[in-house]
Amino acid sequence: MITGDPKALEDIVAMAEPHDKIILAGCHGCVTVCRAGGEKEVQVLASALRLAREAAGRPIEIKEVCLERQCDPEYVELLRPYIADYEAVISIACGAGVQFLAEHHNKTPIFPGLNTTFIGVAEAQGVWSERCQACGDCILHLTGGICPVTRCSKSIFHGPCGGSVQGHCELSADIPCAWQLIIDRLESLDRMDLYEQLHPMKGWRTSRHGGPRKIVREDLTK
Amino acid sequence: MSTPAEKTSDLLKSGSNLEKILAAGHFAVTAECGPPRGADPEPMIEKSAHIKGNVDACNVTDNQTSVVRMSSLAGCVILQQQGIEPLMQMVVRDRNRIALQSDLLGASALGIRNLLCLSGDHQTFGDDPQAKNVHDIDSIQWINLVRSMRDEGKFPSGKKLKGAPKMFIGCAANPFADPYAIRVPRLALKVAAGADFIQTQCIFNLDKFKTYMADVVARGLHKKTAILAGVTPIKSAGMARFMAKNVAGMDIPADLIKRVAAAPKEKQPDVGIDIAVETIEQIQAIEGVAGVHVMAIEWEAKVHEIVSRAGLLPRPTV
Repeated sequence: MITGDPKALEDIVAMAEPHDKIILAGCHGCVTVCRAGGEKEVQVLASALRLAREAAGRPIEIKEVCLERQCDPEYVELLRPYIADYEAVISIACGAGVQFLAEHHNKTPIFPGLNTTFIGVAEAQGVWSERCQACGDCILHLTGGICPVTRCSKSIFHGPCGGSVQGHCELSADIPCAWQLIIDRLESLDRMDLYEQLHPMKGWRTSRHGGPRKIVREDLTK
Repeated sequence: MSTPAEKTSDLLKSGSNLEKILAAGHFAVTAECGPPRGADPEPMIEKSAHIKGNVDACNVTDNQTSVVRMSSLAGCVILQQQGIEPLMQMVVRDRNRIALQSDLLGASALGIRNLLCLSGDHQTFGDDPQAKNVHDIDSIQWINLVRSMRDEGKFPSGKKLKGAPKMFIGCAANPFADPYAIRVPRLALKVAAGADFIQTQCIFNLDKFKTYMADVVARGLHKKTAILAGVTPIKSAGMARFMAKNVAGMDIPADLIKRVAAAPKEKQPDVGIDIAVETIEQIQAIEGVAGVHVMAIEWEAKVHEIVSRAGLLPRPTV
């Protein structure tokens, strides 16, 4: 899933400061799953924002909504009947959702209520970690199912570097060394032959380095 | 008809002094100089006075520990002006493949003939932890790219170079990092990529290094690449403890720290030098070791004493 991390309340209060009537829009997609931008988070943030504004002597009117997704046109269009009645929208969807709302509703300012963090997994209750950088050219079949681009702090294709210490990265004891994980997994798969393979220089054009990306599926567009 | 000397030079990949020393079968000696944290060349010139005549080539580090310093390329040129053969370190942390290739061509044009390809310490350890890290290619891919530019005279695009870079290509190896099981396979990867020589991490644990070298020799890697063993003189017991605790992949046996600590503080540097000299003597007896890389970190003044006492002076002329 795409994970998110709520922005500090003071940052959101500052964004809303010029406005007295706003929409607070959550998303039932990834950010609901990672408990950062779903229906419940909309309620909690709306209450906090109202309290802050009441304390400042300038109450704010907030319409609470949670769209099925903010990355599909049919759902972001659901705001159309009433968006003009509000001065701004704070979206607590991922950055794609915030931008898609803005694209569809160009007369209303749309503000981000969370920081989009990464594509990751729920390791445990309340713990998420990164797994994929969406580089557009997956090599997981060669690296034991562990991504060196994402999980190695230096994104190296022939690791580990000299900074691997007892299975963790020199950056922090909380970061497992991706190459230690890869080696452990290749050993358990009896595929250490893959370790001594020279990987050619990666083509980064499929990643964001080739400019913003787009998928056109002819079979679906017709 | 070419003379035998010309024939030998024809076989050389770079024609660097270091390459010639190794090709002639001599036990090679390198050292290293960190460029200053500023634009004043004087500190580099002062350091070079301690290096001159004591080594076959001298590494110039590339923003080591992710702290901004004068560029390695400029440092190399300063050493050259002082009559020392430079060995340029290049990390892949700060430059993408365009910048790496460009600087490689520039270095070769300026007569730099030795190169060490490294990953580079992570930028979060330095003064600019907010910097973007590049890592467009890794150090092994960089070795391979330099090798193909040198030997095939082509850019990765296949386009022909107007003058191939002449470089003796090296990289680092750490016999002590985790996990040990891949230490030798990883060296094999570097050799396959095109590493002509290797400089190892500082060796304090000689027993472990001997095991590593036996594994290297068993795979015949010492015949495909020249292995220079890294030696660092310890200045004090405190430094040894700090390095053992804080530097990844640094294996300093407790007995060795005890030996330094047993001496009064003012005598500890002498003990550190004694250990470095003894280490070099022992290293020379290990099969597959082709030379020594003396890393007297901010202690270049001691390079002469160490190399001299290890019986490695004068340096041969080839």
